[in-house]
Formats: sequence, structure tokens, C-alpha cells
Amino acid sequence: MDGFIYFLIQTVNGLKLGSVYAIVAVGYSMVYGILRLINFAHGDIMTVGVYTILVLMTAFGVPLWITVLLSVVIAIVVGLATERIAYRPLRTAGEEATLISSLAVSIFLQNLIMMLFSPQRRAFHLPEYLSRLHTIGFIKLSTMNIITFAAVFIILIVLSLVIKKTRIGMAMRACSDNLNASKLMGININAVIVTAFAIGSGLAALSGLMLAGEYKTIDPLMGFVPGLKAFCAAVLGGIGSLSGAVLGGFILGIAEMLFAGLMPTDLTAYRDAFVFVLLILVLLVRPYGILGSKEGGRS
Amino acid sequence: MRLRDSDLFRFIVFVLIPLIVIVICGFSSGSYYAGLVNLFGINVILVASLNLVNGFSGMFSMGHAAFMAIGAYAAAILTLPANQKLISMPGLPEWLIYMKLPYPVALIIGGILAAIVALLIGFPVLRFKGHYLSVATIGLIVIVRAVLDNEDQLTNGARGVTGLPNYASTWIIFGTAVICLFILYRLIRSSYGRGLIAMRDDYVAAQTIGINLTTKKISAFCISAFMAGVAGGLWGHMQSVISGKFFYIDASFKIVETSIIGGMSSLSGAVVGSLLMTFIPELLAPLETGIEVFGIRLPELYGASNLIMAALLIVIIIFRRQGIMGYSEIITESLFSAKTYSSVLKKSEYKKLCDIVAYKIKVFRSRLKSKGA
Repeated sequence: MDGFIYFLIQTVNGLKLGSVYAIVAVGYSMVYGILRLINFAHGDIMTVGVYTILVLMTAFGVPLWITVLLSVVIAIVVGLATERIAYRPLRTAGEEATLISSLAVSIFLQNLIMMLFSPQRRAFHLPEYLSRLHTIGFIKLSTMNIITFAAVFIILIVLSLVIKKTRIGMAMRACSDNLNASKLMGININAVIVTAFAIGSGLAALSGLMLAGEYKTIDPLMGFVPGLKAFCAAVLGGIGSLSGAVLGGFILGIAEMLFAGLMPTDLTAYRDAFVFVLLILVLLVRPYGILGSKEGGRS
Repeated sequence: MRLRDSDLFRFIVFVLIPLIVIVICGFSSGSYYAGLVNLFGINVILVASLNLVNGFSGMFSMGHAAFMAIGAYAAAILTLPANQKLISMPGLPEWLIYMKLPYPVALIIGGILAAIVALLIGFPVLRFKGHYLSVATIGLIVIVRAVLDNEDQLTNGARGVTGLPNYASTWIIFGTAVICLFILYRLIRSSYGRGLIAMRDDYVAAQTIGINLTTKKISAFCISAFMAGVAGGLWGHMQSVISGKFFYIDASFKIVETSIIGGMSSLSGAVVGSLLMTFIPELLAPLETGIEVFGIRLPELYGASNLIMAALLIVIIIFRRQGIMGYSEIITESLFSAKTYSSVLKKSEYKKLCDIVAYKIKVFRSRLKSKGA
């Protein structure tokens, strides 16, 4: 029975991690769906958001909800600035050009944060009311975990509605089917792309708060690997599909925690490697991801 | 009347001057600048081999650091003395512990191992188009790093392997670099290379004229990985310390960056890119420790040189997408054609060069005059 409980606890831990991946993956998936761009800088925008929160909270003592709002705003500003400066001039270029450009943006942001805040790790503590633990049976969850978990589903539902019902959502679907044809049909593709980047960056800032709250330390390079893993999650679930991104995020989070928890200890250090092996294996069986279709996938 | 049309000029700039620099560095081994020049040589191998995949075949690999790591560890295991291996890598099988091979053989075996790994990863992944190779190769780096850091018994874990003998002299490094450049240059000019370029430009058309895409992709990927493995072996023995952290994602990105800046679709671009990317960060390094500008002491700007290089990369990708050299092969063409070398013996070449220089000076003067007036 103990084994089963341990398994359940690890699954819940996986859900915690997975919900963070899911939120980042949704943003990733939206941008990728429209521009076919692996935005390496996505994870670093998350770092920007976290550092904003840290500075505002420790230096100015601003209440958390205001700092979160501000960090989302700043992340959106940074995200849109990178889009304007580094991606828009390259829209007609090949996939590789924007990929490299996003890589450069990622290195730029990482080093900028390093220059401004020193490369050292810093402690990051959520206020007491968010980190308080609730015990349900044998499972311990902080308030933050519950909020994160709820946030995933709220975000999924709201974004699905936006994409299905609104004008801009329809434009987004058209753009992800075929960007050039949409442009010819008179859709303002810049507005669509800006919206996608804004949503992605805002979500990245939110997930940054959740990740930092979970790990309790932050550093300038913290966003990169979770960013990559979120991309893996988006690919796993089927890129371009929102529910695919959420599903991929949860699968990845649970798989990672189960691997870390159930494998013998000398294998647990391989959990980052495991994520990529899993990705390659899934792609071999289902090249377009679990919920992806050929049209929505790569072109 | 352009300087680059003169074979003698090409000989002086692309053969004679580099040769002089290399010879000076070869005899002053151990000095700081000789070390930098050696690093430049290794970068040339890495970037040129990456260009075969990224520039000429239209795939986009980012995993060069992983292949470097494999080559570096293989070369270290095959050349370290047995007593050292017993201390730092006791988990190795006995025959490996007592095996000690000559350095060039160890380099080649390291390259072959890297190529085998490339084959294993390439086989499933290269069937996908576009970005998937990039992500899978980044994954490969993460996997290799995890193995290197955690297999304590085989690799000494995160502490790394130290005390590698300094076999990688300037001569060996530049010898290898020239051989690699020559192989790649001939390869790209062969029917095989033209097939790669056709595949890059239009894979459907290439397939219709009978090019087997899968074989082409995998073989190019393996050749590239082989050279990266050799370069890794050279790098390890030059630094004398290797550990997983030197072969991580940032190292790989630096190679990709260099390749883009120089020009992905040109071997000469690899040379120019490596030249810039080896020496510019050295010039920027003082920024990170704090320097004085006009009497004002700047604070330590940690990461400033990477920041500037990243900004430079964005500017280049936006304004000169094909890189500095574009599709020009002027350096490799001059290096590997007999015309360049025979020009030294021809009187007419000297006269031609003098004429061109005289003409250039005349043009320059008349320009000055017209500006003055």
C-alpha cells in the first residue's frame, strides 16, 4: 500500500510540475502555430517576469498581486519588443533565420539579466498565504499549487473560447493554417502575431512565478530548460493545438516526476535527459504529436 | 582591377600571412596568444563541419557540442596513462584502462564514435523536417551531459578529467584543420555535394532527379559529427581539462553563432566567422572585469561580451542573412588551387599586383582631391 501512496504522491507532484509546463506550452504553441517559430527566448521572458516580481517585492515592498500584474505587463512589453526587433524583419526569411534570431534574443536576455542582477542564485519566497500547505489525506498542496492548477483550466477554457468565438481568434486560426493566404484575404497578420506574442509572454510571466514559488530559488538561466521542456510538451501534445499543449504539459510533468521518483536513485539524475528521449520516442510513433493532425503540424 | 583577382595577392593574404602566424605560434607554444590561435584552428574545424549540415544540406543541427564531448572523452580515455585512469575512471573495463594509443589514432577513434552516435540519433530524427532536428540535437546535448555528469565510474562525473597530456600542438591542430577543410571543399564540389545543395534548395526537385534524401542527410550528419569529434579531441588535449559543463548548450550555440556570422553556406565563412568569434570576445573581455573609459571606471559587467555578440548576431541575421562571406569560397579556393602557389614563380603576377596597387592608389588620390574641392 505504501508503494501505491508513494506513486500517487509522485503523480500529484507531476501534476504540479505539469501545470507549469502546460501554461508555458500554451504560449509556445500559439506562437509556433502561427509563425512556425521555436521561440527559445520564451523561457527567458519567464525569467524577466520573475526578476520583476523579485525586485518589486524586495526593494519596494509592493503587494504581490500588483507585482504580478506589473510583471505580466513588463513581460508582454519585452515579448512584443523582441517580436518587433528580432522577428518581424525576418518574417519572409526561412525558418532557420528566425530560429537563430530567437536564440540570440535568448542569449541577450540571459546576459542582460546577469549584468543587471549578478549571475548568483537568489532566494525567492512567496508570501505566507500562498505557500501555506493544505493536507488532503496524504497529499500536501500549497495554495499556490491549487491556484496554478485552476489557472491551467481557466486559461485553457478562456483561450479556447477566444479562439473559437472571437474575430481575432478566427484570424488566428486562419493564420496558423496559412499565413500568406490570410494576408491576401485582408487579415491584419501583424495584429494576430502581436496578440499571440502578448498572450504567450503574459502566460510565461505567470508560469515563472509558479516555477519560482516551487523551486524557491531563481537565477538568470532558470528559464531556458523549462522553456525547452515546454516546447517538448507542446510537440508531444501536438503543436498548434491548445488542449494538446496542456495534455503534453501534464504528461511530461507526470512522466518526469514518476521517472525521478520510481527509478533507482542513480538514474534519477537523468530526468532532463529522459524528457528528450520520451519526446523522440513519441515522435517516432506519432510524428504529429498526440492530439496533432497533419495539417496543424509541420508544413 | 580588383585586388582579389590577383593570385599573388591571394597567396600573400590567405597562405603566406596565416602560415607565418602559425609558424610563430608553433614555436612559441604556451604563450597566451598562441593558445588563442590554436583555439581559432579548432573553431574552424567545428564551424566548417557544422556548415556541411546547416549551410549545405539545409538541415539545422545544434548538437555539435555533444559530438565534441564524445570525441574529447574518447581521446582522453585512449591517451591517458593507466595509473591516472585507475584513479579518475576506475569503472572502465580492464582492456581500456591499459590501452594507450598514439594521439592521431585516438582522435580518429573519437571521431568515429561521434559519427556512430550521430547515426543512432540521426536515423529516427532526420526523417522529420525543419525544427525537429534542432530540438532533438539540443536534447542530445542534454542527454550527453547527463551521462557525463552521472557516470562517475567512467567519466569522473562533474569533476571532469584533468591532466590530459598536451598533445594538441599548433602543428597538429592546423594540420587537421587544413585536412578537414580540404575534405569538405572537395566533398562540396563533388556530385555528392551538389546533391546536398540540391536537397537544400528544393528537396522535392532533388528527390525527383534521383537523390536519396535519407542517405544524403544521414551521411552528411555523420561526416559532420566525425569532424566535430576530432575537434573535440583536439580541444580536450589543448585545454588539458574536460568536463560536461564545457560541452553544454551554450558551447553549441557559440558554434552555431559563429557559423551564421561567417556565412553558413561557405567554408570560407567558417574561417572568417571563427576569426571574428575567437578574437572579438577577447577584446571585449575587459568589460567583464571593469575597465576605465575616459577616466570613468565602469562597473564589472558580467556577461557583457556575450550580450554584445548576441546583439551582433541579430543585426547580422537581419541585415546580411547569408553571413559575412555569403556564398563566396575565396579562401578555400585560394588555399586549394595550384594557381595560387605557382603565382609566386611568375614574373607577370608581380607586375599585375603592382599595377593593381598603383591603380588603387591613383583612384584613392583622385577621390581625396574631389572631396577637397
